Amino acid sequence: MQNKIGAPKGFSLSDPRVRAWLFQIITVVAVLGLGWYLFHNTQTNLQHRGITSGFDFLERSAGFGIAQHLIPYTESDSYSRVFVIGLLNTLLVTFIGIILATVLGFIVGVARLSPNWMISKLATVYVETFRNIPPLLQILFWYFAVFLTLPGPRGSINFGDTFFISNRGLNMPGASVAEGFWPFVGSLVVAVIAIVLMVRVANKRFEETGEPFHKFWVGLALFLAIPGLCALLIGSPLHWEVPQLKGFNFVGGWVLIPELLALTLALTIYTAAFIAEIVRSGIRSVSHGQTEAARSLGLREGPTLRKVIIPQALRVIIPPLTSQYLNLAKNSSLAAGIGYPEMVSLFAGTVLNQTGQAIEVIAITMSVYLAISISISLLMNWYNKRIALIER
Amino acid sequence: MSTHVFKPDMPPPVKAVGVLAWMRNNLFSSWLNTLLTLFAVYLVWLIVPPLLQWAFINANWVGTTQADCTKHGACWVFIQQRFGQFMYGYYPSELRWRVDLTVWLAVIGAAPLFIARVPHKVVYGLAFLVMYPVLAYTLLHGGYLGLVAVATSQWGGLMLTLVIATVGIVGALPLGILLALGRRSRMPAVRVVCVTFIEFWRGVPLITVLFMSSVMLPLFLPEGMSFDKLLRAMIGVILFQSAYIAEVVRGGLQAIPKGQYEAAAAMGLGYWRAMGLVILPQALKLVIPGIVNTFIALFKDTSLVIIIGLFDLLNSVKQAAADPKWLGMATEGYVFAALVFWIFCFGMSRYSMHLERKLDTGHKR
Repeated sequence: MQNKIGAPKGFSLSDPRVRAWLFQIITVVAVLGLGWYLFHNTQTNLQHRGITSGFDFLERSAGFGIAQHLIPYTESDSYSRVFVIGLLNTLLVTFIGIILATVLGFIVGVARLSPNWMISKLATVYVETFRNIPPLLQILFWYFAVFLTLPGPRGSINFGDTFFISNRGLNMPGASVAEGFWPFVGSLVVAVIAIVLMVRVANKRFEETGEPFHKFWVGLALFLAIPGLCALLIGSPLHWEVPQLKGFNFVGGWVLIPELLALTLALTIYTAAFIAEIVRSGIRSVSHGQTEAARSLGLREGPTLRKVIIPQALRVIIPPLTSQYLNLAKNSSLAAGIGYPEMVSLFAGTVLNQTGQAIEVIAITMSVYLAISISISLLMNWYNKRIALIER
Repeated sequence: MSTHVFKPDMPPPVKAVGVLAWMRNNLFSSWLNTLLTLFAVYLVWLIVPPLLQWAFINANWVGTTQADCTKHGACWVFIQQRFGQFMYGYYPSELRWRVDLTVWLAVIGAAPLFIARVPHKVVYGLAFLVMYPVLAYTLLHGGYLGLVAVATSQWGGLMLTLVIATVGIVGALPLGILLALGRRSRMPAVRVVCVTFIEFWRGVPLITVLFMSSVMLPLFLPEGMSFDKLLRAMIGVILFQSAYIAEVVRGGLQAIPKGQYEAAAAMGLGYWRAMGLVILPQALKLVIPGIVNTFIALFKDTSLVIIIGLFDLLNSVKQAAADPKWLGMATEGYVFAALVFWIFCFGMSRYSMHLERKLDTGHKR
């Protein structure tokens, strides 16, 4: 077996290209073989157990109640509607959690860098405590040890006769559409258009003449004045219905069930601890020379922070922040531990138990999480690209 | 001739040193800062005294039943009475020495690895890594050498948490390294397979993986073949975790300068020897802190096995708190479990920080 150096001819195992092909063929055959083996086993097992595969079960009637549904639902509705309800509940928790955790995380992260000793130590204790306790444990704690031990509706904690916290959850005023609703929406659109125009004109003038304009305050005034005027003239856009204690429970208004409260609270506190660390390292990564340079250009403290420090810190913060958002979305599945009706506990739990369609249900559940993960990371990648450093 | 004698130094002004100056600089430097300090003090005053009252001053420490908890603070009697269950689950109490022995063997066996002066660490470490699991399985499960067999359904408590986390990380490491190498491979088919595998497991929550391993794995296997629940959970955890390890290792591989790859090729090393002798030793050293962090995440995630009905530490606590003899003990139970998890995770995160400093051999400029 001898080959001329540099020009291997024919088939030889010492040729890297031949080896690469061989290796890849083996990989593909192995993967396909494994896939076929699993598929074959599954088919045989399903036949022996008499389970028919397919997605027909989605049209059958579910026949069980759900504690929280954002769209109308009755027990006779189909499993596909149950799926939509679970998905909406997952998205609800993810959405609220991301907003609250971001706000709390930024506050704590900045607090850790505060020159004030007390504040920075408090923030450190917060971060070190909550990021080292499993999220599921925190959820169970808030649910079983806090919300379920609260007094019943009659002894509920009362906030100004409008908000009530009891072991049935948080009762709050509910809004319903009034006659002034659509004009109000219209006025909001008008306000946004006016602000965009104002910002354009102001920016153009600033570039031509160098005269600054109070964009923020004028924008805020426009945003408050136009819809406010509309509401005054046509009438309130929403009816507010305050919950009333009747008998043993509250009537009217909206109620946030304790499962939702415990889940959101625990996920917010847990994720905020990680976001705080990300924010801290992001701000620390901007070198002090940047602050000094901004100062020597005559920028005051506010503009230094807004136009120099934060844009550079965000570049470091965004990628790990994305993965925290993804973690929060995935951690919302821990709701299965307390029975909040979201994707996993409702669909992969109850529906799977009732129908026995394990493969279909798990496949649907996993694809939902994959879809959520992919869309959040695409969104954040797009944002990341927009703010990334454009090098020469 | 007379030499000039300096007068002794004046003490620094009172306002510049000592507690007062420190407080002036760090707590009351401006009106905003003062306001923040007062707010923080208020928060501490709101949280700490009631907590101390509950956990220590008004707590009940001695007794055997809930009736002994007469003071209105925490009832630690509950923890004392159920301590065995929290640590060992339903492992037979007369056989619990086997669990203790396993833990001690791990501590004693691993100790030389942490002492800097011990020679042949790599050989010893590999031997330990191969021998110990066999020994641990024999001791914990029994059935050989005259040891009474203890079914895995009786395992539980902190012991089960540690077993799942350790098996998870040890099983995921080799798989993760292979996946990371595959992801950086120049062969498109291998790369596509690895990327798909990694991104799939990273995109789904561990709960759905556990669900899958408990309801779908039996369908995937040939008829008549079945695994017990614990093994199924472990397979799920290993597959899930290997994707995360792969991403950590990939970070290390990317940090190795191209010159190292070229140097290895110039020495005439083939792919596997170049990786094994030149690239991986450097890359793995870089990512040890990252692997420890992954382990911390896995350790916290093991609590999810509650969903498929395994009795780890958290589920033991949940179970015990639902006991009618100990109603209303949920808070004490969860606080205890949180403390145990916290000690492990905090300790490991400190250790990873220490490693980061120690392994930093000065490539940073």
